[in-house]
Amino acid sequence: MILIFAEHSGQEFKRGTLELLTAAQQSGLETKAVVLGAEAESLAGQLGAWGVGEVYVCGDPLLKDYNPELYFSIMAAAISEAKPDYVLAASSMLGRDLFPRVAQKIGGAVASDCTELSFSGGAAVVRKPLYAGRCSARVEFQTAATKIILMRANQLPIGQPIKNTTANIRKLALSPVDLKTRIKEIVKGASEKLDLTEANIIVSGGRGMKGPEHFKLLEDLATVLGATVGASRAVVDAGWVPHSMQVGQTGKTVAPTLYIACGISGAIQHLAGMSGSKVIVAINKDPDAPIFQKATYGIVGDVFEIVPSLTEEFKKLLQ
Amino acid sequence: MRIAVCIKQVPDTETKIKLKPDQSGIEPTGVKWVINPYDEHAIEEGIKIRDSNAGSSVLVFCLGPKGRCSEALRTALAMGADEAVVIDAPEFLDTSLTGRALAAALKKEGAFDLVLTGRHAIDDNAASVGQILAGELGIPHATVISKLTLNGGVATVEREIEGGTKEIFEISLPALLAANKGLNTPRYASLPGIMKAKKKTIKEVSLNDLGVDPAKGAFRYAEFRLPPEKPAVKILAGDVKTQSHELARLLREEAKVL
Repeated sequence: MILIFAEHSGQEFKRGTLELLTAAQQSGLETKAVVLGAEAESLAGQLGAWGVGEVYVCGDPLLKDYNPELYFSIMAAAISEAKPDYVLAASSMLGRDLFPRVAQKIGGAVASDCTELSFSGGAAVVRKPLYAGRCSARVEFQTAATKIILMRANQLPIGQPIKNTTANIRKLALSPVDLKTRIKEIVKGASEKLDLTEANIIVSGGRGMKGPEHFKLLEDLATVLGATVGASRAVVDAGWVPHSMQVGQTGKTVAPTLYIACGISGAIQHLAGMSGSKVIVAINKDPDAPIFQKATYGIVGDVFEIVPSLTEEFKKLLQ
Repeated sequence: MRIAVCIKQVPDTETKIKLKPDQSGIEPTGVKWVINPYDEHAIEEGIKIRDSNAGSSVLVFCLGPKGRCSEALRTALAMGADEAVVIDAPEFLDTSLTGRALAAALKKEGAFDLVLTGRHAIDDNAASVGQILAGELGIPHATVISKLTLNGGVATVEREIEGGTKEIFEISLPALLAANKGLNTPRYASLPGIMKAKKKTIKEVSLNDLGVDPAKGAFRYAEFRLPPEKPAVKILAGDVKTQSHELARLLREEAKVL
């Protein structure tokens, strides 16, 4: 049996959750889910159509924002009640923080940052990249009863809701916890755009952009494409853009469908964070830049001429 | 204040990864080992906190084959850590056993007010050992922290999540905190620091001493593969207008991503 941790934004399920629901549909295994937070109940209603038979919900207002102690307490309770063979969750900031602690609490196994997942004869076949994508390995679970699999977003296809059924809703109550962690404040990020780790298209800039003021060109291109803007380590270290925009080994690992690298030479550090992208476009004035070795399409030339011209072309194409 | 810092040794980013012929792992010869970059931020933070709180100490722990891991600990000592413990373990030990072994090693050294580590190791990107260790120790944790202030027995930490949103937590000590880049700038080991570190003894413990059986892990990695070869890049010719037009066409018609 599969238990899906259905992460959501308050209004809708995250892309990663829909990918997991699709994988569970195809597994042939019975599927349950957990939805937490104030909107849990209204969102839980959508899950029956995805083939989920039972949804554990807890709408306690204390779960509105992420407090690790409360979340691992309620997740451990849900797991001990559902007794799943597999727990599937997104390898998001929340998932990565929460589930190792849950695994410790319930004596389960946890594999995070996985990129391949399928089911064969009721058993999960899981692979993940190692050494920043320079190789990959299959995760071979040993004896643990509950195996927790955290999947990177954008790795699995999203199917359609298939059934005209509703799931059973089971309410869970939060048991009192002697809290050592208190949420002092949540400072919302300024960006309306999807996070780099969830984005389907990324436009990224490097030192070739010559200064923070020129990132506007990338913003314009990104707006046309519905993309999120990223950056190389060099420009983050130079203070042009915040660390939250850094793609690479000490930044974010991304795997969008389309990655457009503008004025990025392609240091190993950077390639480590984006080489899993499906299609890579490189724009650089240096024909020997290492980024071209990873790219699907390359344009050798001046980013200041090419980027605005691309913005115009894409605008025409997508109208 | 007693501060424990847990570090991991990982292959340097520039190291070429080769697989063993039976695909059971990577070929260890020729690998250049370094301290996991995020763990350097944890060491730095530990030293900074010790220096601004009289009577404090920093103990660094590293788990792995003791020969190479002692080098990482020597570097941490040269940066300014007070003592070091190596937990001798095989090349691979899964996250649950690593967490358990570290917890037992820390307990052997007494109680700590603060346990610091990196947000994840860049080799397997599991980001799991810190939380498992905190669970074994029964203390709260916060990961991916880019800001830390201590006030009495309470740590205020800032953790950046998706979309640049920041979660600010107040956590009662003892606690485990996992450092992100941005928390500080790790120092280089000074020459006097390196000389001093050479004279220090690195304490050794075995998994057996800690009651951990390496055969009883929750998972292992198998069937290693190198990534598939990428076809050669298609360089687009012509003037800027032609190039852009052609790229838009290829992305739609050939790659089918627009």
